[in-house]
Amino acid sequence: MGIAQRILEGDIRAASRLMRDIDDRMPSALEPLKELYPKTGRAYIIGITGPPGSGKSTIVDKMVDIFRKEGKTVGIVAVDPTSPFTGGAILGDRIRMQRHATDEGVFIRSLATRGCLGGLTRSTQDIINVMDAMGKDIILVETVGVGQDEVEIVNTAHTSIVILVPGLGDDIQAIKAGIIEIGDLFVINKCDREGADKMERDLRMVLEMGRKREDGWEPPIFKTEAILGKGIFELVYGIYRHKQALEQNQALEKKLRERTKTTFLEILETEVMAHFIEKMEKEGQWDKIIEDLMNRRIDPYSVAEKVMAEELKKH
Amino acid sequence: MARKIRVLIAKPGLDGHDRGAKVIARALRDAGMEVIYTGIRQTPEQIANAAIQEDVDVVGLSSLSGAHNNLFPKVVQILRDKKAEDILVFGGGIIPVDDIPGLKKAGIREIFQPGASTEDIIKYIHRNVQLE
Ligand code: B12
Ligand SMILES: Nc1nc2c(ncn2[C@@H]2O[C@H](COP(=O)(O)OP(=O)(O)O)[C@@H](O)[C@H]2O)c(=O)[nH]1
Ligand SMILES: [Mg+2]
Repeated sequence: MGIAQRILEGDIRAASRLMRDIDDRMPSALEPLKELYPKTGRAYIIGITGPPGSGKSTIVDKMVDIFRKEGKTVGIVAVDPTSPFTGGAILGDRIRMQRHATDEGVFIRSLATRGCLGGLTRSTQDIINVMDAMGKDIILVETVGVGQDEVEIVNTAHTSIVILVPGLGDDIQAIKAGIIEIGDLFVINKCDREGADKMERDLRMVLEMGRKREDGWEPPIFKTEAILGKGIFELVYGIYRHKQALEQNQALEKKLRERTKTTFLEILETEVMAHFIEKMEKEGQWDKIIEDLMNRRIDPYSVAEKVMAEELKKH
Repeated sequence: MARKIRVLIAKPGLDGHDRGAKVIARALRDAGMEVIYTGIRQTPEQIANAAIQEDVDVVGLSSLSGAHNNLFPKVVQILRDKKAEDILVFGGGIIPVDDIPGLKKAGIREIFQPGASTEDIIKYIHRNVQLE
């Protein structure tokens, strides 16, 4: 039986091995991914971003309780950073989620960024597809949470949640840059701490001052105390409301179309690049082109045109 | 792109001594491995399931409380039951020398005791994990 077939029949090991092959960029991962693609598109994907230590993993853990009580199955992708010096990583998101490790309706996978910027990994979309094909109803994606430019998640998730905590140097200024545009829902976690109300006021102000969203959605703010599970139920229903709104004004369709386009273009780009690089290397041109460019004997625009023209002549 | 070694470091049972486990996790990360750390108080079932979902090559168990004879073999047994016997299981902590032969017989491939150098542990993994 093929790998894809085994995954569709519920073989967990086959699924996690394929995810490994995807992450390690093994060419062998391609065939099963092709086979699984028609079985994807069912899952609802939720992104969770926010600074390290803000409670992303804890919130994911508590949301899973609610989804499971509703009978939904859950996949989790949790991303942590790769050390740029050693290439190694410690992936610790599971610590907060291990309660669910023995629940057959939950599948958790930790990933390391491996040099990828933007909060996710190169493999995230394909790994989501595998979980989707496994039949997971909900897929939660926890980003790294370091930079403020974690925009990737917007292209990946149906609903993106931004987690903040009170007293983060208490400047809402810092939040404004980048992260505000990402959130469909905002969460102020650790409301047991001082400054939650002020934070909420500040955030509300920033959101109201910002330009209106095209889709008309006004991002709500939720206050949570994740370790005690406080406010998580409201958050989950906030997600459902956003999902409904997306469906009603065709924004979901638009979003999916956009995502399908980007994903396809990314794959095409990789494919085309690989083809040209291989060709130039095989014909021994690669080093010479670079050398000539370095010495300004030629310009990159003409070379690109020439390479392309030669390729087209062949057909 | 080359494969990366993935390791699960886990602490079975009620033992709260996590320094050793964290030292090992950091050393393996610094050796370029991806280390999944699941924290303290794990049941053998939780550890085995995490190992499978994460597709690790190695499971490293750490115990200082004396429960190793009971808990370590259980992890190996559950992995076997789930047809994941190819995952290498080894461990360390406060483990009397007399217990080591029994543990090895139960499928725990190696035991490192207090004072073990992290270099030796890294070398052990490199020697015993072949990535295709
Ligand atoms: C520090 C310490 C504590 C700290 C723990 C802090 C922490 N977060 O880890 C505190 C003060 C909290 C503590 C509490 C207790 N402790 Co204490 N503690 C120690 C002590 C002094 C050192 C342990 C340590 O951190 N060593 C440093 C680390 C780096 O070494 P390591 O863990 O051994 O790891 C090395 C190797 O073993 C190996 N290794 C370890 N794990 C792994 C895993 C893998 C995969 C590999 C490859 C290798 C490997 O590699 C590491 C590097 O060389 C030991 C005594 C000792 N000399 O070991 C007692 C000791 C472990 N504690 C003991 C006891 C009894 C307790 C308490 C029950 C005391 C009490 N009555 O309250 C409590 C229980 C706590 C709990 N919840 O479980 C006993 C255990 C007795 C037993 N096994 O029968 C010991 C042995 C002391 C003794 N001689 O009685 N303890
Ligand atoms: N005081 C307080 N601590 C919390 C709350 N939620 C999570 N934490 C703690 O914050 C720390 C980081 O949480 P974690 O979920 O790992 O954050 P992440 O890095 O964003 O995934 C942990 O020690 C949690 O127990 C909360 O509501 N209040
Ligand atoms: Mg986390």
